[in-house]
Amino acid sequence: MQKLSLRDRIKEARVSASDSFRGGKLMSSIFRPGSPFRKGYVDSPRNRSYVVMNNVLYHLHPVKVKRHGVRLSYTLCLGGLSFFLFIVLTITGIWLMFYFRPTELAYVDIQTLQTSIAFGSLVRNMHRWGAHLMVLVVFLHMSRVFYHGAYKAPREFNWVIGVILLLLTLLLSFTGYLLPWDQLAIWAVTVGGNMAGYTPVIGAQAKFGLFAGLEATTATLLRFYVLHVLFLPFIIVIFMAVHFWRVRKDGGISGPL
Amino acid sequence: MVDIPEHLLQRSAEARAKALGISVEQALAEMKGESDPTVISKEPEVKTIDETPAPAAETPAPAAETPAPAAETPAPAAETPAPAVKAEEKPAAKAPKADTPEEVDFAPEVKVTQRLLTVVKAKPIQKSVSEPVDKVNTWPHLMLPEFVSLMAMTAFLIFLSAILQAPLLEEANPNVTPNPAKAPWYFLGLQELLSYWDPQIAGVMIPLVLGVVLWMAFPYIDRNPETHPSKRKFAIMFYTFFLAGAGVLTIIGVLFRGPGWNWTYPWIDGIWFDDLLDWIHFE
Repeated sequence: MQKLSLRDRIKEARVSASDSFRGGKLMSSIFRPGSPFRKGYVDSPRNRSYVVMNNVLYHLHPVKVKRHGVRLSYTLCLGGLSFFLFIVLTITGIWLMFYFRPTELAYVDIQTLQTSIAFGSLVRNMHRWGAHLMVLVVFLHMSRVFYHGAYKAPREFNWVIGVILLLLTLLLSFTGYLLPWDQLAIWAVTVGGNMAGYTPVIGAQAKFGLFAGLEATTATLLRFYVLHVLFLPFIIVIFMAVHFWRVRKDGGISGPL
Repeated sequence: MVDIPEHLLQRSAEARAKALGISVEQALAEMKGESDPTVISKEPEVKTIDETPAPAAETPAPAAETPAPAAETPAPAAETPAPAVKAEEKPAAKAPKADTPEEVDFAPEVKVTQRLLTVVKAKPIQKSVSEPVDKVNTWPHLMLPEFVSLMAMTAFLIFLSAILQAPLLEEANPNVTPNPAKAPWYFLGLQELLSYWDPQIAGVMIPLVLGVVLWMAFPYIDRNPETHPSKRKFAIMFYTFFLAGAGVLTIIGVLFRGPGWNWTYPWIDGIWFDDLLDWIHFE
């Protein structure tokens, strides 16, 4: 029996420790069969299927997708990035909620956040630029879908849901715009809210409902805050669920052209 | 091995007794390995099934893994290379195994039925309607690029947030109106339209009717089933005009409108859009 070098023995010990951990009860209780994190994962067609099928991802992705659809140049990953930006905005938004009160203290809270709280400025910037980016990415996603004719049968209704999602994204961005409670926020929202006042027949009521009064006040701030952090995210998640589900039910990615 | 509950043994013994025409006690004894199994020596019918997917075609599972039709007899036949009907010599070979209670053999007669039941021709049972699609596994061909792109997006967003400060002006004051007061950038195209037309048209009818209703109804209006751009030139043209129009109006609203909504040049008069305060410096 040949003598192993120290390096080989260390490697052997590492492999066996890794195997006993990855094959242990804890890891096999967390990861389902076929997971690459379990012991003995080999790259086989069966395991490739299991990675998706035995995973919560199966709610999002099928086991197989059309070959042309995985080309980056086909989708530019825009739909996925919209969803991902929504997740980033949810995480940073929840973090911001710890430091923000939707009252006349809102402005002071933002100042404190930027000056006295660790990473406060960075997280606020990420939330703001991420929101602008999401509006842009959702719009580009819609353009991509249009140019591919991907809204055609049987996907007509998913296009309708997509337009609703775009409107909800705009509303989320617009309601968030007021929250810093500075001159930029209040006057941008005043301009936007005054547009709602031009609605035929119910213009005055629409404007009053939006502002919770005749003009933008702290009552408006509270209203926009509740819409921004609770109501609109709730609604958009429901529509996203339907949107993703319909993508698969309508036959996966469209095309090829 | 697990112990088989007595009532289950009893039930299967009854079924077996009924099937073979022997007494229940005899069947029970056979199943426990206390007596030799009853052998039915009736010669099985060998028939060829063509296109009829009758239940008879369901040969035992192991057969499916060997492609040759000759191998469609159950697994033990694989030990004997010839696929012929020579199964009768088999039962004795396996019967001794059943002498321990753990290995109760419920169906010893299976051993005597290893023979060619059917030959199913290699034809699909159903005729496929759809064309085969070239597909790849989602893992890793889709999920890895997705992961990379969302990592890239995260890096880009953190980088952007590190170098660009989000604007924060003076505290909101309803008594001091800034000039100009601008909406968020995605509404600035509309605000620009408002300066041309009546607000009822530019502020409500265009966004509501054109932007929402027409937009949602688009797939129901455009009934052309073609997806290739060369076969849907009008739709492409329509969308591109919309895109260009919205883009031009938004850029004018963001960069070229100053106090009093008058035309300004950003390189002369500066940027009158506070969201861009930290982006571009001219002074």
